[in-house]
Amino acid sequence: MSDTFDLQSAYRWIEGFAEAVGAHKEELTDLDAAIGDGDHGTNMDRGMRAVMAKLGANSSADLGDLFKTVGMTLVSTVGGASGPLFGTFFLALGKAWPNKETLSADELLSGYSQAVAAVIARGRAERGDKTMVDALLAAQDAWEMALGGTSGDSETLSVVAAAAAEGAEQTVPLVARKGRASYLGKRSAGHKDPGAATVALMMAAAADARTGE
Amino acid sequence: MKKLINDPESVVAESLAGLGAAHPDLLRVFEDPRYVLRADAPRPGKVALVSGGGSGHEPMHTGFVGLGMLDAACPGEVFTSPTPDQVLAATKAANGGAGVVHIVKNYTGDVMNFEMAADLVAEDGISVNQILIDDDVAVEDSLYTAGRRGVGATVLVEKLCGAAAEAGAPLAEVVSLGKRVNEASASMGVALSSCTVPAAAKPTFELADDEMELGIGIHGEPGRERVSLRPAREVVDMLVQPVLDDLALGRGDSVIVFVNGMGATPLSELYLVFNDLRARLGTEGIAISRCLVGPYMTALEMAGCSITLLRSDDQLVSLWDAPVRTAGLRWGA
Repeated sequence: MSDTFDLQSAYRWIEGFAEAVGAHKEELTDLDAAIGDGDHGTNMDRGMRAVMAKLGANSSADLGDLFKTVGMTLVSTVGGASGPLFGTFFLALGKAWPNKETLSADELLSGYSQAVAAVIARGRAERGDKTMVDALLAAQDAWEMALGGTSGDSETLSVVAAAAAEGAEQTVPLVARKGRASYLGKRSAGHKDPGAATVALMMAAAADARTGE
Repeated sequence: MKKLINDPESVVAESLAGLGAAHPDLLRVFEDPRYVLRADAPRPGKVALVSGGGSGHEPMHTGFVGLGMLDAACPGEVFTSPTPDQVLAATKAANGGAGVVHIVKNYTGDVMNFEMAADLVAEDGISVNQILIDDDVAVEDSLYTAGRRGVGATVLVEKLCGAAAEAGAPLAEVVSLGKRVNEASASMGVALSSCTVPAAAKPTFELADDEMELGIGIHGEPGRERVSLRPAREVVDMLVQPVLDDLALGRGDSVIVFVNGMGATPLSELYLVFNDLRARLGTEGIAISRCLVGPYMTALEMAGCSITLLRSDDQLVSLWDAPVRTAGLRWGA
């Protein structure tokens, strides 16, 4: 296990994310049915299956190329607000890593932080609005703390993934202030945000890809 | 569900194919990505107008593609925003080198998808500006928190900005005109019955025979309140009062009036509504400079109507009278 993140790890990450979304499709849709319009799991699954088809048909030259393909495919197949938001995340990764084939631990975190900033700019959500941003930022906080201590530790992403899952759990008591769930006002409390739940799956897949599982 | 369709999955594609076949002189329909383009686009040197949104509101927006209105429209699935690749393709195809205006109704999905498209277009060196429509006065007191929705003013902005662009107005002028029209417009709607999204196969909401939903949105979203049905004259008063208040209209003002049908209400009732509205505006001392009465922004087969008032002036009236030739709106050309 090397400490660099390369094209193979990136492919394993996306593949693992697609499998996780497929496996949790019903659960994500149920979360969305409670406080949204009940199509999040179906839409993300359709998008990630399209992504895998696209990646299978053309091999990516570098990480910039690969993540641009992932982002554009999500944007054009998922629809609603999730398409632009998850699409923006991956497009920003592509933009952060042009012509790169491998990344150092610092470059990985820096790209991730840029992608989170892009999602925040797109959706105009803040921490605590009960959105995917809560899980993204929880992961970023944990990542910055971990790298501050032991740069390049291959355990880092497992810590980050656990933090994303915890960030998703912490959306449960919140009242939504952004997105369709905000239409429900106080009735949105007591439910986990489906976008944050998907972020937790995405970061768990990243940790698994890094350790080569 | 009782609809003249073949398959709920292909309603939008089949309907667009029919639109294209009916009006080959006005427009062309593209698939993958899906958009409708003015037949003679791109028009070199003319600012291009691109709009779009969920399908189910016909003739808006695809029926407004043509001379004096839109250069392109991006139809999403029924009541679902179009994706950025549709908007990107339409923007590139419509671009005549003088810049492109995106006319976007204020719904979270529409806003995000058009913004993403604008970002992608900017990478290609095309100047894109956005006009955001948010004229619905019903929503501030309703369940919705994402701001006012874009409704009837969309049709007025598309007509007036389309006329300005056709006359050669530069990008900045078309955009400031659109923003001015949006700010000078306000709308309020009412539903007497629900609509049924083909993929859902059942009515979006239920209304009893003696009830109406005041402040209804164009996707069947709840409005201000559910009240008992009453004579049209009283319904008109309930619709127009918040509009008058919002625009602070009074004696000596003049307005362009848009009485819109939601899909199932017959034209005879819409004219009856216009007649009551005319009388009410008369007692307020407000003059009607121009009017548009008919189903131009529908919500599938919903029964009901909306009233939009636009504070008018000589410039707006002259742009209103300018020639327009589209599938949905046609005069002077």
